[in-house]
Amino acid sequence: MSIECRSRRQGTLPIAAVIATAFLLAGCFGDDGAWRGKDISGLMPELAFELTDTSGDTLTANETDGEIRMLFFGFTSCPDVCPATLQKLSRAVKEMPGELQQDARIVFVSVDPRRDTPERIASYVDFFSERAIGLTGEEKVLRELSKRYRTTFGYDDPDAEGNYNVSHSGAVYVFDREGNARLLFRPDLSVEDIRTDLVALAQESKS
Amino acid sequence: MAVADYLIPYDFSPVTILGFALVLGFYGYGLLKMPEADRPGSGRILVFVVGVMICYGVMQTRFDYYSQYMFFVHRGQHLILHHLGPILIALSNPLPVMRFLYSRIKPGVRHILRPLGWLYRFLQHPAIASFLFVGLIYFWLWPPIHFDAMLSRDLYWVMNWSMLLDGLLFWWLIFDPRSPVTSDALGYGKRILLLALVAIPQMILGATIVFSRGMVYDVYEVCGRAWPMPPETDQLLGGLLTWIPPAMMSILGILIILRRAMREDGKVAPLSENLEASHP
Repeated sequence: MSIECRSRRQGTLPIAAVIATAFLLAGCFGDDGAWRGKDISGLMPELAFELTDTSGDTLTANETDGEIRMLFFGFTSCPDVCPATLQKLSRAVKEMPGELQQDARIVFVSVDPRRDTPERIASYVDFFSERAIGLTGEEKVLRELSKRYRTTFGYDDPDAEGNYNVSHSGAVYVFDREGNARLLFRPDLSVEDIRTDLVALAQESKS
Repeated sequence: MAVADYLIPYDFSPVTILGFALVLGFYGYGLLKMPEADRPGSGRILVFVVGVMICYGVMQTRFDYYSQYMFFVHRGQHLILHHLGPILIALSNPLPVMRFLYSRIKPGVRHILRPLGWLYRFLQHPAIASFLFVGLIYFWLWPPIHFDAMLSRDLYWVMNWSMLLDGLLFWWLIFDPRSPVTSDALGYGKRILLLALVAIPQMILGATIVFSRGMVYDVYEVCGRAWPMPPETDQLLGGLLTWIPPAMMSILGILIILRRAMREDGKVAPLSENLEASHP
């Protein structure tokens, strides 16, 4: 009898261990803290790129260090997502306290280099915000960059006039002053939420 | 895109390539060196290689790209890593090859490897094995965790490897070629019970995804899809792949085990007759 009891207890021991591990694992995930956007600290690599800016010069990520950078992939002929997102980001930056606005930087990367010349990107981003810069590069470079941030883009077949749609990420990747990936803004996040997160991020690294 | 572009890895992983090369290398070495009498037939070798290669295919070809940016392709990837590939590998019965390779390991090394044996026996406890099998599917499909896994390259690899290893463990437990009559392999009744038990939560999860109105897995929305497809269609197809094929594989598994049990019934019968004769 006592032997049977012991063997039964031994049988349940591994089960208890697995349940305990499952709870421990569950504790490691799902804590988004106080951020309104999605906390991606540690999930993604730091900011790195080497692209062409609107004056045709090469710009690397390091040259923008010291600013809170909001990386967004899009294209200037985009009918909805890009203008809406850039509008939101620029409003959020404008509503930040004056001294912090200078620390925020919208980084618009065009994934449609065939149509988006540096000049065209320049007039596009300038329309939205003075805190925005526009970048692009060869398709291969853009593929590598989007792969780095676990996203992709694709081109539709052109219509009779040669216009085509481009599928791309709707998310904004936010990097702190040191270039660490910190937050991800989903397309449905409000201007107020974006502003709150940007201010918190700017103040946190300023102190 | 050229054919070669579809065959090269989207996300090159040296560890994965090395892992698969070692498995095939050791299997081939075993086949060549082992006594002919024990060597599996060509059919079994083919099934083993196909099982290994489809797992490799979904991890280290262009398929992986589509798995990262389409929910339903991702479900197809896990169907192969967690079900189809391991099922084929287990059914090909590589046990004679493994026994031969084990016999080649030096006693000193065997001693060092003993903790692995303990871990293996722990994981092959029927309750643990079935809990892990279903638990991992639920864990990686838990929306916040799924989101993180698709965003982080490291987590993504942990996810795929954990699914493959767990699939191998579970289906090896189910299709263990040793008879429970003559070894300590799991009894056929218990194997059938496990197959039925793991099918139910998978069907519930699949059906939940199929019938959810809203977007459960928005990471594909956020990160862009590989090609334009309505999100609802993507989610519906993914849900169906989580629901129907795994349920079918459980049923097929039950049929295979039943067939094996019925065959052995015949062998056991004379034994029990003898027993009856000696105990009138």
